[in-house]
Amino acid sequence: MIITYEDIIIKTLTRVLAPFLQLYALYVIAHGHYSPGGGFQGGVILAASFILMVISFGLDTARRRLSEKADIIFLCLGLLIYSGTGALCLALGGNFLDYSQLVKVFPVTVAKARALGILFVETGVGFGVMAVMTSLVYDISTGGLPPERE
Amino acid sequence: MTTLTIGSILTAVFLLLGLLFFTGGTVGLLRLPDFFCRMHATGKGDTLAVLLSLIGLAIYTAFSGGFSTASILVSIKIIFIAIFWFLAGPVSTHAITRAAFRCGVKPWTLEHQFKEVEKE
Repeated sequence: MIITYEDIIIKTLTRVLAPFLQLYALYVIAHGHYSPGGGFQGGVILAASFILMVISFGLDTARRRLSEKADIIFLCLGLLIYSGTGALCLALGGNFLDYSQLVKVFPVTVAKARALGILFVETGVGFGVMAVMTSLVYDISTGGLPPERE
Repeated sequence: MTTLTIGSILTAVFLLLGLLFFTGGTVGLLRLPDFFCRMHATGKGDTLAVLLSLIGLAIYTAFSGGFSTASILVSIKIIFIAIFWFLAGPVSTHAITRAAFRCGVKPWTLEHQFKEVEKE
């Protein structure tokens, strides 16, 4: 269990910084396919905002923002987006994650379809990494005990 | 031989000022007697050093891009990094120092110095 102390400086900074941190994470995810960044980095930055919340406000406040149930849903959603994009390419007659097949679904050129496919996959990876990192921190700070025995 | 433009001179001045403060912070980290003094030296010195270095980089990007829209945008992003560093750096120093104080790290006082002298 994390012991929290009242500290107005850290809490105020977290309140100011967390939205910008999340916005920056989305920026990193969205720029993953043509500049430095990507799903893993963006997901970790997104998780860092929740970890900052756990550290400065305590576990209960953070769990009110993102419950463990929602966390697992995000994890599965990320995996679904990733494997769904791959499976869609498979269903359209290409290899797994062969983005050029997406031209049959979206009205774009082959190059655009590849960029779009990578963006989908990065989004899925970002969700997944964010959920795993946050759930790891939740588990570590509760000692792995179920909620009724904390 | 590169030409000395006003942009390169400004960049060099800011980067060298940043280096000066980095050196001060590092010397403080190595030389000062206890944890709190070291945090004091690095926390203040490095914040200003990073700020000055990033302003130097922003000026370099803007001047070398010829003030085109793309280079100005990169400069603005660098300034954003500086602003967030300016917010987060001192607060993280505060958090680390406060945590150390609560964990019972004893601040260095003059009595320590007298004891050391007596041992010698």
